[in-house]
Amino acid sequence: MPVSAFTSFLIILAVAVTTFGTRVFPFLVFPKGKEIPDVVKYLGRVLTPAVIGMLVVYCLRSTTVWSAPYGLPEAAAVAVTALLHVWKRNNLLSIGAGTVLYMVLIQCL
Amino acid sequence: MKGYRKGYRKAFQRAFPYTIPVLTGYLFIGIAFGVMFSEKGYSFLWAGLMSLLVYAGSGQYLAVNFFAPGVSFLQVIFLTLMVNIRHIFYGISLLEKFHGMGKKRWYMIFGLTDETYSLLCTTKVPEDVEEDQFLLAVSLLDQSYWVIGSMIGGIAGNFLPFDSEGIDFAMTALFVVIFVEQWMEKKNRAPEVIGVLAACFCLQIFGADGFVLPAMLLITLLLFVGRKRLEGGEEEPCR
Repeated sequence: MPVSAFTSFLIILAVAVTTFGTRVFPFLVFPKGKEIPDVVKYLGRVLTPAVIGMLVVYCLRSTTVWSAPYGLPEAAAVAVTALLHVWKRNNLLSIGAGTVLYMVLIQCL
Repeated sequence: MKGYRKGYRKAFQRAFPYTIPVLTGYLFIGIAFGVMFSEKGYSFLWAGLMSLLVYAGSGQYLAVNFFAPGVSFLQVIFLTLMVNIRHIFYGISLLEKFHGMGKKRWYMIFGLTDETYSLLCTTKVPEDVEEDQFLLAVSLLDQSYWVIGSMIGGIAGNFLPFDSEGIDFAMTALFVVIFVEQWMEKKNRAPEVIGVLAACFCLQIFGADGFVLPAMLLITLLLFVGRKRLEGGEEEPCR
């Protein structure tokens, strides 16, 4: 271990408290019992689909698009996952097939 | 009391299938974290402890670098804040749901990872279980995969029986599937498009390491500006 057990524990604690802080923030601003303004309720409603869209991009952020393999494994796997899902609506099938295809593509190309 | 317990048992049984994609993803990115941490000289117990107390994917990957002589706690806090700042937006969608959960809500808030947030917001609770119990089951199952994965990584990560490169795509695929599910409801389409376009735009400008916060701010701004046009379907939040 590069630092003492005590320091290690403190580092973990600092990361834990900071992370929890980001997650608890809206609940501190709007604690239980306090009226939630309409605009916040509205944001809560529309943020979910927007965040899902952002997270798809977030997961693909390190894809190389401008040089080989031009993001092809990612594009193919995302397309297969999405199309299979539109067709069969089976979570595990779509995710399983997309993931296996992606693994095969990046390990073989 | 007995009925209460039985309710939880059923809630876990019902919740489990929804969490299988997270199981796949968390087990493997958890293992990767355990391996990284053990290479720094920390046993699997340390990896487990961190996954128990912190419970954040990218946050913990980054945190591995903090364990070095002369570490600055200010820097630890600042960098952690930068990686995880997107989480301050997640709770907004779950305020009412969590407020109705009593003391359990503190754990629910603690467990708000990207994946758990997405499941909690988009999964229709089966009719034969209590909503509270079902949501708690989803959160607890997800974290257990993460803790177990990181401990496996700490013990034997370098001896995986097959080449697992790319298996973390399960996480991407999970979000793609949720994206498609949301798309089926017309009122979600505009926000989804805003999310994707704003993220792509900010990715181009700020690069892969720093685009999330500007993207979240831009998304919030656009949703705010477009409120009149977007507020067609008045329904309960987070569905």
